[in-house]
Amino acid sequence: METKKPNLAVRIFRFYYDGFRSMTVGRKLWLIILIKLFIMFAVFRLFFFRDFLEERFDTDEQKSDYVIETLTNF
Amino acid sequence: MIENLDMSLVDWSRGQFALTAMFHWLFVPLTLGLSFILAFMETIYVKTGDEFWKRTTKFWMTIFGINFAIGVATGIILEFEFGTNWSNYSWFVGDIFGAPLAIEGIMAFFLESTFIAVMFFGWNKVGKKFHLLSTWLVAIGANLSALWILVANAWMQNPVGMFFNPETARNEMVNFWEVLFSQSAVNKFLHTISSGFVLGALVVIGISSWYLLKRREQLMAKRSMIVASVFGLLSGLFLIFTGDSSARDIARDQPMKFAAMEALYEGKTRAPLVLAGALRGEEAGSGLGEREFLFRIEVPGVLSYMVHLDPAGFVPGILDLVRGNEEHGVLSLEEKISRGTVAMEALRELKDIRDTDSERYSELLARFSDEEWVENHFRYFGYGYFRGKDPATVIPHVPIAFYSFHLMVFLGGFFVLVFLATLYWGIRDQMDNKRWFLRIALWTIPLAYIASQAGWVLSEMGRQPWVIQDLMPTFAAVSRIDTETVQITFWLFAVTFTALLIAELSIMFKQVKSGPKEGEK
Repeated sequence: METKKPNLAVRIFRFYYDGFRSMTVGRKLWLIILIKLFIMFAVFRLFFFRDFLEERFDTDEQKSDYVIETLTNF
Repeated sequence: MIENLDMSLVDWSRGQFALTAMFHWLFVPLTLGLSFILAFMETIYVKTGDEFWKRTTKFWMTIFGINFAIGVATGIILEFEFGTNWSNYSWFVGDIFGAPLAIEGIMAFFLESTFIAVMFFGWNKVGKKFHLLSTWLVAIGANLSALWILVANAWMQNPVGMFFNPETARNEMVNFWEVLFSQSAVNKFLHTISSGFVLGALVVIGISSWYLLKRREQLMAKRSMIVASVFGLLSGLFLIFTGDSSARDIARDQPMKFAAMEALYEGKTRAPLVLAGALRGEEAGSGLGEREFLFRIEVPGVLSYMVHLDPAGFVPGILDLVRGNEEHGVLSLEEKISRGTVAMEALRELKDIRDTDSERYSELLARFSDEEWVENHFRYFGYGYFRGKDPATVIPHVPIAFYSFHLMVFLGGFFVLVFLATLYWGIRDQMDNKRWFLRIALWTIPLAYIASQAGWVLSEMGRQPWVIQDLMPTFAAVSRIDTETVQITFWLFAVTFTALLIAELSIMFKQVKSGPKEGEK
């Protein structure tokens, strides 16, 4: 009896699943990547790197005015 | 506002950006070069069917994977910094920076989520040829991904293809192809990726040398050295060619940087190229931070030839660029400041009268669309900031530019010799007897990183005081935030990136020591 070939989505999922499961050095690397991304986005981005203009002004016109004021008031 | 600016804020913001960019650049070049070496090795495997090449490819792929995993996303920090620390700059560059970075992000996403996965997980699961295609696509994709950020950087060194909208204070891209294919962008891209190829080849040769010194994995080491030396030699020669073209770009678009690279104060016809030299610590009497040579070895006429392809051509020196040189059509700093001030005052007046004098407003607005006015005044906009300032403030730090340039060039020449020697002894199978050379090849790995960083130091320190050439000085680009915040994030980055670097080195050393193993991912 011929077994039915799983559909493409299932095959792609299995490809990644098996790939991750059989990793050796890669597991450690993935852990480093996840910690790194957490530090970058959950710590640096959230607490230290707010967009300066976005936080202070609501419209593009206000941002333009502020930048022109800063750049030309010398 | 600029006058009241705390310069320590500028220095810390610059320091922070330099720290993150330099750490980021520790990871990138190996990815650029090693990815192609993997593709060559796997191509040999697919062509010959020899399992040895599969094992060799897989070993270097693990080294690639470690470097890629640790380095991936470290560049995102730079984008955070644009919005927070460099808001004036980010606003001013408008979509010129946004478009290339968005393309880079999309490319990196597709590359990382698909082809890298096939490259690492796909052995024995996809066909040999499809796997090989994925490896090549990773190499091409990684290098194309670097294209966009380098295009953005080249635009800062030579702003083209844009229109400055004075109502929004933003530059708008009017010619994408001019931005993408400007001579500076093409040369910067080719020079930078070929430097990555050279570094990748030197890392493979260096690690292989270690194996030969330890008398381990000898066949893999010898064959890897031959592949890497051929690739490295071709890349090294191409690097010299693109370096030569880049020097001409710099002489044309950033003559002050070019003069600083050579510590050339007085302009000359038949200007000599300094092959090696040392500058005196103390300044000479021009009042412009002039440094005299303690000693130098120079070749007459070569600098002129590099710039004009004519040994009799005139190369302006730092003093010519400050004082002007009518005979050779060099504008003085004073003239540039005067023109820049006109542009700056027009922008200021435009804002002030926006709601009160529509006729004058239209007249001023029209100036920014008038090509002649833009060429004669707006082009020098950034010089307006230097009115009443010491002329020395428009000169980059000459010793840094001079030494970083000469170190990069000297090491580049040395690397070509290393590739030649590796190839010669490798083909003749005499590498085992050259233990002194194997030691040199091993210690060339850190030198490759030093040369690569020196290139960026020259590029970025040499163009000071500009963040966008002639349009925006660095001190005008920073956000008015607390210096303490920048100091805190500087140290946070220093700790995080140092930890990442230690992690990379320890995992990589461990991997190299354990050697190739079948089936490792």
